[in-house]
Amino acid sequence: MTDLTKLTLAEARDGLAKGDYTSVELTEAHLKSMEAHRNLNAYITETPDKAIEMAKASDAKRAKGDAGNMEGLPIAVKDLFCTEGVQTTAASHILEGFKPEYESTVTSKLFDNGAVMLGKANLDEFAMGSANTSSYYGNVINPWKGKDGKDLVPGGSSGGSAAAVAGGMALAATGTDTGGSIRQPASYCGIVGLKPTYGRCSRWGVVAFASSLDQAGPMTKTVRDAAIMLGSMAGHDAKDSTSAPMAVPDFEAALTGDIRGMKIGIPKEYRVEGMPEEITKLWDNGVAMLRDAGAEVVDVTLPHTKYALGTYYIVAPAEASSNLARYDGLRYGQRVMDEGDSLDDMYSKSRAAGFGKEVQRRIMIGTYVLSAGYYDAYYNKALKVRRRIYEDFANAFGTVDTILAPTAPSAAFAIGENEDDPVKMYLNDVFTVPASLAGLPGLSLPAGLSSEGLPLGLQLIGKPFDEETVLRVGGVLESAANFTAKPFGQEG
Amino acid sequence: MSYIIEGSTGPWEIVVGLEVHCQVVSNSKLFSGASTKFGNEANSNVSLVDAAMPGMLPVINEECVRQAVKTGLGLKAQINKESVFSRKNYFYADLPQGYQISQFDKPIVGKGTIILDMPDGTTKSVGIERLHLEQDAGKSMHDQDPKYSHIDLNRSGVALMEIVSDPDIRTPEEAGAYLTKLRAIVRYLGTCDGNMNEGSMRCDANVSVRRPGEPFGTRCEIKNVNSIRFVMQAIEIEAKRQVEVLESGGEIIQQTRLFDQRLGETRAMRSKEMAHDYRYFPDPDLLPLVFDDAFVAEIEKTLPELPDEKKARFINENGLSAYDAGVLVAEKEKADYYEIVAKGRDGKLAANWVITNLFGALNKAEVGIADSPVTAENLGKLIDLISNDTISGRIAKDVFEIMIETGEDPEKIVEEKGLKQITDTGAIEAAIDEVIAANPDKVQEIRDGKDRMLGWFVGQVMKSTGGKANPGMVNKMLRDKILG
Repeated sequence: MTDLTKLTLAEARDGLAKGDYTSVELTEAHLKSMEAHRNLNAYITETPDKAIEMAKASDAKRAKGDAGNMEGLPIAVKDLFCTEGVQTTAASHILEGFKPEYESTVTSKLFDNGAVMLGKANLDEFAMGSANTSSYYGNVINPWKGKDGKDLVPGGSSGGSAAAVAGGMALAATGTDTGGSIRQPASYCGIVGLKPTYGRCSRWGVVAFASSLDQAGPMTKTVRDAAIMLGSMAGHDAKDSTSAPMAVPDFEAALTGDIRGMKIGIPKEYRVEGMPEEITKLWDNGVAMLRDAGAEVVDVTLPHTKYALGTYYIVAPAEASSNLARYDGLRYGQRVMDEGDSLDDMYSKSRAAGFGKEVQRRIMIGTYVLSAGYYDAYYNKALKVRRRIYEDFANAFGTVDTILAPTAPSAAFAIGENEDDPVKMYLNDVFTVPASLAGLPGLSLPAGLSSEGLPLGLQLIGKPFDEETVLRVGGVLESAANFTAKPFGQEG
Repeated sequence: MSYIIEGSTGPWEIVVGLEVHCQVVSNSKLFSGASTKFGNEANSNVSLVDAAMPGMLPVINEECVRQAVKTGLGLKAQINKESVFSRKNYFYADLPQGYQISQFDKPIVGKGTIILDMPDGTTKSVGIERLHLEQDAGKSMHDQDPKYSHIDLNRSGVALMEIVSDPDIRTPEEAGAYLTKLRAIVRYLGTCDGNMNEGSMRCDANVSVRRPGEPFGTRCEIKNVNSIRFVMQAIEIEAKRQVEVLESGGEIIQQTRLFDQRLGETRAMRSKEMAHDYRYFPDPDLLPLVFDDAFVAEIEKTLPELPDEKKARFINENGLSAYDAGVLVAEKEKADYYEIVAKGRDGKLAANWVITNLFGALNKAEVGIADSPVTAENLGKLIDLISNDTISGRIAKDVFEIMIETGEDPEKIVEEKGLKQITDTGAIEAAIDEVIAANPDKVQEIRDGKDRMLGWFVGQVMKSTGGKANPGMVNKMLRDKILG
C-alpha cells in the first residue's frame, strides 16, 4: 500500500472517491506520522480522537453519497483559528488553556466540506515572526536539513502549518498571512502557500494580529491542492464587515495550463542590493519558464517598494497594539495577580508574563506610533505610503496580468540566526509585505533548490480577487519547475 | 438675557458648551446582536463580541445608523454620507476590547442648530458641532464584594450618540433650556428615551469664564452630571470657582472635574483618572460607513412634527402665546394631550385648562402627564360643558377637582351631583324675588345709584341656588328687576 502521507490533496480526494482507502485510514496514517515527527514540534495541540471521530463521520457521509469538496481529507489548522472546544493559543502563554465556544468561519466551512482536523499547528506568537521562534510552545523545526545538518527554521508565522505539510504530517494546512506568514514559510519548506486577496476569506474567529492585513489561506503540496482548498475556505461572511460580498469561483477550473499571450510583470525594484545570486538565478529561471510557456514578460515598476517594509512595521504593530489590548487577564486566558494588587498591577503582571518578547516589542512600537505627537509622523504617513504602494500595483496591473518575484531573499536559515537584530529578521518579509499592504493575492511555490539543497520559492502576485490567474500561471510554473525534491526522510 | 458674575475686579461672563451622551433606542447593540434591554440580570445581554472574545468582529447595526441620521435631521444638521469609526484605546475593567469604537475626525452628523425656548418666552439659537456614534462601556460595581470589583457587561457595546454643542451657552438657564430642548427632540424622534436618572442621557459640561467681549478662557470639563438641575448648579458653582481663582491671581488649569451635588462643589479628578492618550485610529475591522441620499430621504419621511414646528402651529393656528405654546410642546406627551383637548374646541381655552388647571394639579400631586387621572377626552368634555352652558366656570373648577381625585367622566359627575346650571327663568326669577324681598334697603341703595351693589345680589342668588344658576342670566334679570 502506498504511503498515504505522501499523497497530494487532489490524489487523496480521488483515492477516497474511488474507495482505495477510507478517511479513517488516511487520518490514521497522518496521526502516525505526527507521532513520528513530534521532534519537529509542528503541532501545539494534537487532536487524534477528534480526528478519528471526524474521519468516521466523513466515511459515513461518503457512504450516503454526500461527499463535500474536502471530504475525508485530514488537515492541520494553524492555532490562530478558534476551534470550538479545542484549545486555541495563538502560540501565546496568555491564551494557554483557552477553549473557544465557537468555530471560526474558515474552519467551519472546511469542516462542513468534510475536512478532518488533525490538530492545531504551531506558529509564531500571535503570528508575529518570520522564523517560528517566538512560540511559547517552542520552536518548530523545518523538515528540511542543510548540508551541515543543523536544525533550520520553517519560516513564519505559519511555520507549524508549513512543516506539517512538508513533513507528511497533514495533507494540507490552513495558514494566515499578514506580511508573508503563508508565503515565506511555504518557500522555506518547499510547499505551496496562497495568500488570497484581503476580504476573500472571513477573519471571523481568527485571532487578530493586524486586522487590515490578516488573511487566511491554504498551505498545500501543489497548486491544484491550493485551488481545491481555497474553494472551501473562501466566501462572504456577514460576520466580518471586511469580507468581500463576492461569489467564489471554481478555482480548480482556472488551472487550464494555458498562459499563452498572458503578460507577466517583473518589478525591477525587487532586485534588491545584496540579494543572493541563487535567488536572482531562480527568478530568471522562472521568467524563462513562463516565456517558454507562451507568456509575454515585461518590466514593471513599483517605485514605492523600498518603503513597504517600514510602512508595514508601523501599520501592523499599530493595529496589533490595539487588537491585543483584550488580553488583559480578566475574562479568559492567563491572569497573574497577587494579594492586594490593583487593576493596573494585574494588567501589567498578566501581560508581562503572558506575552513573549517579540509581541511586547510590537505592542510597544504600535503604541508609540499611535501616540499623540507621533501619530502624523508615523501612522498617518504610513497610511499615505500604503496608498501609494497600492497605486503602484494598480498601475502595473494596467499592463500585466500577474507579477513574478522571489518569495523570500534567502532559503531557510538555522534556528538562532537573525535573532540578535529584529530588523534583520524583519527583512525576510521584504518581498511579501508589499502585496500584503496592497491586499493582493500572492502565491508562493517551490521553484528550485539553494546551493545547500534547500527549497526556494517564487511568488506570483495578482490583481484583487484574481486568484484564478495567479493559480493558472502558478500551475504552469509548477509543471515547468518540476520541483520533486523532498525533505530528509520524505524521499521516494 | 445676560448673566454676569460680578467679581471684585469687575464683571465676568460664562461660556458653556455641552457634550450629551444619548443612549440610542434600538433592540440590539451598536456592533452586536445582544439585547439592549435595561434591567436584565447582570451579564445576560452579552455576546461574544461584547465580551471581546478572541477573533470576534464588530458588525454595524443599521438601525443605530438610522437613529443617528434621524436625530441629525431633527437637529437640522448636516448628514455626512461617509463617516469613519475609530478606536479610542484605554484599559479599564469594564471595557473588554481595550478600546471603545467611536467616531473621531469623521462623525456621521456635522453642524446643526437647537432653538432654546427660554422661560420668558424668548428664543436663542445654539449651534451643534457634531453628533457621533460610539459604544457604551460596561458597568463596574465596587460594592458587591469586599475585595473584588464586579463587572456587568450588559451595557457594553450599547449605542450612544454623543451630541456636542458649540460654546454658545452663556447662562445656567440656557444650559437647562438646551438639555430640555434636546431631550424633547430625541423623545419626539424616538431615538433616545432621555431618562437622565437611568443614565440613558448623560451630560458633560465645558465651562469657562471671560471678561465680556474678550476671547474664550481656559475651560474645565465637568463629567457625568445626571440631572438638568445639577448641570445648572454645577455650571454656576464652577464658574464662580473660576472667577475666584482668576481674581486671586491664579490660573485656570484645563482639567476634568466632578460635581459633588451634596457638597455643592466641583473637584478635580485624580490625574490618574484622566491621564489618557487615547491613540485614536480608524478601526480596521470596519469599513467607512457610507450611505446614499435615498437612505437619508427614506428616514426623512419618517420624521414626526418636531417641537419647533408644533410650537409655530400652536401659535399660528390655535392663537396661543409663545410661552403657552412652548410649555405645551416641551414634552411630546403634553402636546399630544393638548391636541386631543383642543380638537374641535377653542384652542386658547383648552390651553388654559391644560396648562393652568391640569399641569398645576399634576405638579402639586407630582404626577407626570402619562399618569394623569384626568384623560384628555374627559377634560375636553368638561370644556364642552362650560361652552354649552351646562355648568358655569366656577362649578367647572369644582368638577375638575373631583375629576382629579376620581378620574371620573365630568358629565357623570355633573349629573350625579346635580350640578347642572339652572337656566330655567322661572326658577332663577323665584330666587331673585326672594333675595329682593328680604333686602328692600339694599334694593333702594341700588336704585339710588349704587350700581356696584348689584354684585352683592348676584352673589346672594348664586348662593341660594348652590352656584348652579347661570351667572349671566342672574345678572341680566336682577338688573331688569331692580333698575328696569
